Amino acid sequence: MSVELVAYGCFFLTMALTYAIMCLGLNLQWGQTGLFNVGIAGFVAVGAYVSALLTTPDVADRLGGFGLPMPLGWLGGSLSAALIAYLVGRLTIRLRADYLAIATFGIAAAVQLLALNLEPVTGGPFGIGFIPRPFAGRAGDPLLFSVLNLALVAAVVLLLYMALERLVRSPWGRVLRAIREDEPAALALGKNANRFRLQAFAIGGGIMGLAGAVQAHFIGFIAPENYLPMLTFQVWAMLIVGGSGNNRGAILGAVLVWGIWALSAAFISATFEPGQQARAASLQIALIGVAICAVLLLRPQGVLGEARVVSRHLLEAVGSRKIRVATDAQPVRQPPE
Amino acid sequence: MNPQVLIDGLMAGALYGLGAIGVTLTYSILRFANFAHSELLTFGAYAALALSSALGALSAGLLEPIAPFSFGWALPLAGLVAVALTGLLALAVDAILFGRLRHRRSSIIVMVMASFGAALTLRSLIEFAFTSKPAYFTRELQIALPLGQGMRATPDQLLSLALAAILVIGVHLLLTRTAIGRSMRAVSENQALAGVVGVDVRRVIRVVWLLGAALACIAGIMSGLLVQLRPYMGFDLLLPLFAAAILGGIGSVPGAMLAGLIVGLAEAATVQLVGAEWRTAVAFVILVLVLLLRPQGLLGRAQA
Repeated sequence: MSVELVAYGCFFLTMALTYAIMCLGLNLQWGQTGLFNVGIAGFVAVGAYVSALLTTPDVADRLGGFGLPMPLGWLGGSLSAALIAYLVGRLTIRLRADYLAIATFGIAAAVQLLALNLEPVTGGPFGIGFIPRPFAGRAGDPLLFSVLNLALVAAVVLLLYMALERLVRSPWGRVLRAIREDEPAALALGKNANRFRLQAFAIGGGIMGLAGAVQAHFIGFIAPENYLPMLTFQVWAMLIVGGSGNNRGAILGAVLVWGIWALSAAFISATFEPGQQARAASLQIALIGVAICAVLLLRPQGVLGEARVVSRHLLEAVGSRKIRVATDAQPVRQPPE
Repeated sequence: MNPQVLIDGLMAGALYGLGAIGVTLTYSILRFANFAHSELLTFGAYAALALSSALGALSAGLLEPIAPFSFGWALPLAGLVAVALTGLLALAVDAILFGRLRHRRSSIIVMVMASFGAALTLRSLIEFAFTSKPAYFTRELQIALPLGQGMRATPDQLLSLALAAILVIGVHLLLTRTAIGRSMRAVSENQALAGVVGVDVRRVIRVVWLLGAALACIAGIMSGLLVQLRPYMGFDLLLPLFAAAILGGIGSVPGAMLAGLIVGLAEAATVQLVGAEWRTAVAFVILVLVLLLRPQGLLGRAQA
């Protein structure tokens, strides 16, 4: 295999894994808690812009940059996205379920507008360039550079995956699913449903912000048009295809959908003349819409489906006593007296 | 402030009001925020465009402008057919998608998500069919008539305003004075109970789709006539429409119209005082303020 092909494969996978981070954040919000977020692009953009502002070298014509080290940028990006998610959630989670959807839709539009118009901070339509890239010192060797970047992003995904798996199996994660499945029952057990929802929403938003920061540093350049509503739909398609409620599904869906997307884009640019390409690309988007509807109608659980999780303590106890647990809750029939 | 703000705001507001009435009706009776509603608006406008150019090709006289207005008889004729087509589209989407999910007792959020998928599909198909280039119903230029106080409006604008007023009064009378209107209100209060006392819930749902689609189609044609047609014209209206529906109070037709006018006027004032680039933020700010201060809306009732 040629070096270019391996380098391209690494580039493709690294991009796909940055989407996987967004997908993991969405899975916490939607898959575990049932919160509908249609403003993913907004949270990703906040993470990307904050991290870029914190880490780029000082420039004359806009605020910052502050030249801070990259990890601080990532941290700042995810914390600010989490803060915005907290505020939006604070405002709407106590109201009707779909007000959150409308409000997140609005947040994404507002963030987009700020990125475009607040030129002294965001660079306006031209965006921010010269964002420090990880392993920039190795950029001379494209193969090593792309492998190192892939390894870094893969490590982030892996760490996040392990942390989230731990989280959903913890008592906290069980409360989230209890609220999603049967809110009155969870309330009756004394769980403050809205507080748990708010926490999950803020953490999920923070993860999306982290994804934005990681992606911005990988590409090295950001502009408002990277964060159009299209991004939100792509991430949704990834999670639904992969299987919401399942962290492995979220990662698989991201790689799968990004692969289909990249392949069909290559196909379009190869088959259609330049004048017709934008038109053909709209069919690509229609396909995502049809896929979302079809999965909702035909296979609501996605490719992998929701992973049924119980407390690991319970699993250990059960395993040692060799008792089979019925995965589906079947009614226990009482023998007649 | 220039008094022209009043005219600009009223024009945009009438359009938002018509769209928001559809949103608020589907919301209160079908019980989910339909993100695909704005695509009905786009579809209606493009259907009218295709039909009126077809009519014009049949007989060039139909494109001849009618007295003070910029369009010929082809547009109102095409508009009537487009209203029917948009209604059919809404019923078809309900039969294929929402009806099945409803039947399965899917949660609200699944319905919202399905509406997102439907919106994405419809919009992209329209973009594929008509390309993303802006289109116009007519190339005629119109002279704005002076209305006194330094305000001006074109005959097209005045006609649209009058049409919007007639439609709002009509829908209000339909809801408050007719049998089907009473059934609709009953279903929005309590669907199960309405079914028990003999209201045909499925018929009510059909009527709601038809009504919402018809208003969306007319709003789309108005927007196409006064501004231009773009595949994203509906999508860009989504936030103002939701802001208006929530500000007016979900389920309230006069509330939706009033709130539509408020959003339109606020946008026009912002363009004048702050700058045109911040116009799209207005709907979001209004939305946040309503959710903070009066989540039930201006004319809505407080409920869980």
